[in-house]
Amino acid sequence: MADPAYAIELKGISKAFGPVQANRDINIAVPKGTIHGIIGENGAGKSTLMSILYGFYKADAGQIFVNGQLTPIPDSQSAIRAGIGMVFQHFKLVQNFSVLENIILGAEDGQMLNSSLSKARKELERLARDYELEVDPDALIEDLSVGHQQRVEILKALYRQADILILDEPTGVLTPDEADHLFRILKGLKDQGKTVILITHKLREIMEATDNVSVMRRGTMVATVKTAETSPEQLAELMVGRKVLLEVQKGAARPGEVVLSVKDLRVRDEHRVERLKGVSFEIRAGEILGIAGVAGNGQSELLAALGGMQVATGSVTLKGAVLPLSGAGSDGQSRRSAGIAHVPEDRHHHGLILDFTAWENVAFGYFNDPRYQKSRLFMDNDAIRADTERKMAKFDIRPPIPTLAAKSFSGGNQQKIVVAREMEQNPALLLIGQPTRGVDIGAIEFIHNQIIALRDAGAAILLVSVELDEIMSLSDRIAVMFDGRIMGFRDPETTDERELGLLMAGVAGKEAA
Amino acid sequence: MDYATLLQLLDSTLRLATPLLLACLAGLYSERSGVFDIGLEGKMLVAAMCAGAVAFYTGSAWLGALAGIGGSLIFALIHGVTSITFRGNQLIAGVALNFLASGLTVLTAQALFGQGGRTPPLTGAARFGELTLPFAEALRPVPLIGPLYAEVISGHSVLVYMAFAIVALTWWVLYRTRYGLRLRAVGENPAAVDTAGVSVAGLRFSAVMVTGVLCGLAGAYMATALQAGFGKEMTAGRGYIALAALIFAKWRPVQAMWACLLFGFFQALATRPDIVEGIVRVKVPVSFIEALPYILTVIVLAGFIGKAIPPRAGGEPYVKER
Repeated sequence: MADPAYAIELKGISKAFGPVQANRDINIAVPKGTIHGIIGENGAGKSTLMSILYGFYKADAGQIFVNGQLTPIPDSQSAIRAGIGMVFQHFKLVQNFSVLENIILGAEDGQMLNSSLSKARKELERLARDYELEVDPDALIEDLSVGHQQRVEILKALYRQADILILDEPTGVLTPDEADHLFRILKGLKDQGKTVILITHKLREIMEATDNVSVMRRGTMVATVKTAETSPEQLAELMVGRKVLLEVQKGAARPGEVVLSVKDLRVRDEHRVERLKGVSFEIRAGEILGIAGVAGNGQSELLAALGGMQVATGSVTLKGAVLPLSGAGSDGQSRRSAGIAHVPEDRHHHGLILDFTAWENVAFGYFNDPRYQKSRLFMDNDAIRADTERKMAKFDIRPPIPTLAAKSFSGGNQQKIVVAREMEQNPALLLIGQPTRGVDIGAIEFIHNQIIALRDAGAAILLVSVELDEIMSLSDRIAVMFDGRIMGFRDPETTDERELGLLMAGVAGKEAA
Repeated sequence: MDYATLLQLLDSTLRLATPLLLACLAGLYSERSGVFDIGLEGKMLVAAMCAGAVAFYTGSAWLGALAGIGGSLIFALIHGVTSITFRGNQLIAGVALNFLASGLTVLTAQALFGQGGRTPPLTGAARFGELTLPFAEALRPVPLIGPLYAEVISGHSVLVYMAFAIVALTWWVLYRTRYGLRLRAVGENPAAVDTAGVSVAGLRFSAVMVTGVLCGLAGAYMATALQAGFGKEMTAGRGYIALAALIFAKWRPVQAMWACLLFGFFQALATRPDIVEGIVRVKVPVSFIEALPYILTVIVLAGFIGKAIPPRAGGEPYVKER
């Protein structure tokens, strides 16, 4: 028998995908009416475990107890019946449906829609009052901000009478203010007696929001501790299995002459909507300019325009030479020969070809490099492979096998392949987007140190990241983007997350240097 | 063109629009569920052959129609198993089924009847007769409305009236019932349906089966109402025109009806080049009029008349993400 004081108790859960053991003999007990954090690196098995709990996958072994009762969960319907609701990292909403339609989908009262819709409307009003979950029931999902879309996901779970709410990386797409609001909502849910399981890789959220925290590492549960009795340093060590420096160690910047100068840069998307509305800035040699902002406020377009992936207007000069923004000379190849290296935000779509080998990926964008060519007609594949081996050693890419397909590497090692390829060109300017997205803590530390080393070697670096911590710790200057514009520049030494958060939400502050 | 000629033209418009409409509504169910179906043509052809053959043997148009539905359902099932269960490419599966239907129908008809791949001509109860609606004769003397009712609205086979009733039924199912909500959702975001605890494969299979039934009716109409028996390639691209109408209507049932009526009107015009010539006073090639539905579809797809956005998950087999 299990203890009914626990909302959820998992015993001996194991799950393998082919040769990969995603979960190994997991035991965890979540007391009722608490917020329980689950933390671990990417690929540690957190999401798999929660998907098993939600009936998305079937465990190979183990038992699930809900409120002390043995409850087999073969599908999502059973999970919902057992009172478990899940808010996925990637929302499961129908974009062109209204909020109400999304809420009732799969939880309709009968064959006809009308009665379900009016009942859901009433219920929604009540939930909005009780939990600060206001959202227009008739709005289409595609017209809502991500913060509001997430509220719809929470409402969906509550409408299905969920007593246990699982949230998978809920703050990745939110502004600090929206995240604070979310944590207030979660506290409210807890006060009403509901149980919340919060999956995240952000130590700060765990420390702020949870009562207890379980740490996962490589498919196993390494520890469960009371949040009040632990520290971020201890948790990080448990996650990685060794001591980690959470603070980036860097000396003061010694900015040289201006490398990149951008004036009034504008980009329109395929629907003729202006995404970048006149952005101007400069970066000097030996300086890191960090661009902070919620995803989707023009940062991607900025990188794409500078990297030669998108047509733009305005003027851009690199070391005094004008870069064409459309037509001839505005492609990625010309940018690379001009001395710009680019680590794209989305390594799966723009950084790598996953089905190709590591050595082929290392050559991408640099086929014309004389080192990689035997003659005008033939590539020197042996040279590329040798160069790949060298890069793998220097960047500690594991396993160090150049002939392995890129998709066979972990997220962190994939990212290291891209970073190694771009940084080893000794660029005058490095464009780097989301350098550590989906990368484990150990690799984050390594990549951060490489960025600092490149800066100290005299490169100008444009860093775009939605992780505010990363922006704060790496940048020498911070620019905050909102709605295609730069809201202001700040000095990381004198600003704080609150001020940046307001700028990220579009609230203009006083202009500072 | 006088009023009598216009009525004749509208009469054949209804007649010719019906198989398009049935096939178009068939496609609507499948595609709204996220399974693209280029195999409407093949299913219609199989249904026409089955309907023609069984109607001939039994002398009953209704049994013929049932056989047509049966034949079409078998093809729909193959399409479903290929593209839903085994996650094959939906378009390639559809094209393959079209080829299969094209050869199989002629082969079977030849083996059964030895008449060059056709089924024997149907007479009497083996065909769907024309229904005279109530008061058709009584209202005929009323100016304008009377002849319209008696000539155009009245005097079609029961399948024509069924097709238009199914438009209303489809609208109601799609926008007013639980099944319709789930159907629309699974074509837009199957993951939302899956996490809501509803079976994606089950929904899609049910939609593909409805497609089979409606294609069956369309094919049966071809062989046992519009014409008297099955002939080689008798659907003549109607499955593709229906698909064009579906795009033209942006996957909505009432608009699909108007699109099919418009395309049916073009087909009716193509049978009367003298009328076209009388109006525009230039000789217009028949093939140009026949091509109009496709030309219109290309214009729609190019985005000149609003944007035709297909169901977002259309064409993609659903795989649970890891």
